[in-house]
Amino acid sequence: MADYQNIFTKVQMRGPAYPGVPIGGHNDPRLGRKGTFSYLMGILGDAQIGPFYLGRLGLAAIVFGTLSINIIGFNMLASVGWDGGEFIRQFFWLALEPPAPEYGLSLPPLTKGGWWIISSFFMLVAVILWWVRTYRRAVELEMGTHVAWAFASAIWLFLVLGLFRPILMGSWSEGVPYGIFPHLDWTAALSIRHGNLFYNPFHMLSIVFLYGSALLFAMHGATILAVTRYGGDRELEQITDRGTASERAALFWRWTMGFNASMESIHRWAWWFAVLCTLTGGIGILLTGTVVDNWYLWGVKHGVAPAYPAVWPAVPDPALGGS
Amino acid sequence: MSWKMINQPVKTIGALLAAGVLLAGCEDPTNMETSQQGYRGTAMETVQNTEIEAIKAALNQVPEPLYPPESSTEGDMATDVYENVQVLGGLRAAEFDRLMAHITEWIAPDEGCAYCHNLDEGFADDSVYTKTVARKMLQMTLNINANWSDHVGNVGVTCYTCHRGQAVPENLWFEAVPEKALGVGYRAQQNRATEEVNFSSLPEDPFTPYLLDDKNIRVNSPTALPSGQAPEGGIKNTEYTYALMTHMSQSLGVNCTYCHNSRVFASWEESPPARATAWFGIRMVREANNDYMVPLTDVFPENRLGPTGDVGKVYCATCHAGVNKPLNGAPMLKDHPELWAGKDFNQSAMSADQIKALVDKAMAEAAVAHAKMKVTSGSAGE
Repeated sequence: MADYQNIFTKVQMRGPAYPGVPIGGHNDPRLGRKGTFSYLMGILGDAQIGPFYLGRLGLAAIVFGTLSINIIGFNMLASVGWDGGEFIRQFFWLALEPPAPEYGLSLPPLTKGGWWIISSFFMLVAVILWWVRTYRRAVELEMGTHVAWAFASAIWLFLVLGLFRPILMGSWSEGVPYGIFPHLDWTAALSIRHGNLFYNPFHMLSIVFLYGSALLFAMHGATILAVTRYGGDRELEQITDRGTASERAALFWRWTMGFNASMESIHRWAWWFAVLCTLTGGIGILLTGTVVDNWYLWGVKHGVAPAYPAVWPAVPDPALGGS
Repeated sequence: MSWKMINQPVKTIGALLAAGVLLAGCEDPTNMETSQQGYRGTAMETVQNTEIEAIKAALNQVPEPLYPPESSTEGDMATDVYENVQVLGGLRAAEFDRLMAHITEWIAPDEGCAYCHNLDEGFADDSVYTKTVARKMLQMTLNINANWSDHVGNVGVTCYTCHRGQAVPENLWFEAVPEKALGVGYRAQQNRATEEVNFSSLPEDPFTPYLLDDKNIRVNSPTALPSGQAPEGGIKNTEYTYALMTHMSQSLGVNCTYCHNSRVFASWEESPPARATAWFGIRMVREANNDYMVPLTDVFPENRLGPTGDVGKVYCATCHAGVNKPLNGAPMLKDHPELWAGKDFNQSAMSADQIKALVDKAMAEAAVAHAKMKVTSGSAGE
């Protein structure tokens, strides 16, 4: 069993490719009738590739998503003078920017932010279609729709950033630029403009759930890997028929931190942490600038931001001193 | 050969090599030095790379004067000896000659007098454009030393503070070339990896709005809840301010915390005193650009102008060149009394009592202004 207790996947199951359960006649046919096997993919996950279910929703989502990404990409390419080499060299800096503040919620010329609005719209359609697809596929497989609702929580944050908040602020210029570094600089600027987002309690909650998700994921993954030698990886069976793997995992956490989740509840912990991360984050962003304008001053008002002893001589604002 | 056939030791060695290559790009951690400068636990600290600081210190040395200042108050005035002396008429000829010798040394050591003077026509001739520029720059230097002690203290500036032995100072800025797009492309005049904004994707020209025009730099609302008093322009304008601040930080070789408590950038109550010095610096640079550089636009030949035909302008890096006090704070001006213009730069630094009196006076004025602001703003949130 030495091979079975380590942190890399060492065992790959190979049998006849499994095509999946039969689905009703109102569904589209699956793509890739037989499916193939890949050793490299087997290191990461299941070695079987295909058959796939694309469907009309999936196809439409991919078309709109591709349109959106291409609009962003070609705008980036245009901003380096259609030079492919420069596009690659400067890729992390490039972006398609939202319109300037003076355009408010109107539709600006294409090269003044119009493309940003069009690209945003296509991306919105693509994401919503993909959400419906995750919901429909779950229903067709007679699963619960937990994945779709978790995805919806992420879409909530996405909609707040790109749609709800800009509308409430009365300007598309409040939207996020589509680029790697530019969206990070945007994030920093949002925080600076509104007096430090760290004093926003929903931002605090979001961080708790973000880091908490990573922590829970690490704890859960480690626990299951640690008890696979006792069959702990067969989590579903262990939920209803607790064996020595579950007993040991539970004892481990009870002894090290005084409390333990169960084989079933740990997955609720993980699901809620992930869902609440973007749910609380979205609320925090939606309030920023609309309900609260300066989070630091809000923090002072409500006793969140502590005062520290002065260490420098007082510096008056020269703009007030009439100097 | 397939992946399966690569054995474990080869994979391990490969992984270690890859990690080594990745880490080779990192800074040597033993070079980093952190010094606390605010209340404990508030992360008010300066982080510096000792290796880079040593290089910068070596690059910011003051040249020895060619010979000591003239001690005699006797002798002919410059105007008695030379014609067409428009700015330095108050100097004696000996002082005037000494300053000219130093200007040559500081600005055109290889080209000599002929860089500004048409030697065939005589020193009085104004036909060489560099002479017109030099005259304006002398006026600027005298103005800064006479009127901007809020920024330059009693250290002052000389031609060398910017020129460093070069006719054109190394650090100047030009207006950005406006973005041209034929149907596709919108980067909002940002997202270029330029040194000016420390290779971030912030706006590439935060200087025109703040160091030429006097657009509002502040971005925060003075009230916790929306009250209509917040500066306009939202996140886009904040990025411009952020870009300017990035330039200042880079030019001075300091972190944000040199001038701000980064938990609340806007608060003067929590800011280190250096922030006030910088505030005056921004105004000083704005004046230098508007009153001295821009009027020279037509004087310069085309090859000295920027891509949009604007004159080279000054910003923080022009004097600071990577250190928080230009030339490491050396009081170079003391050796060049010709540039004091009647002001006593030989005095010792202000005494603690003098500083306290100045601060008390300014605080009293600020308190009055603050009280007025509170009446109008309602819940300022103290």
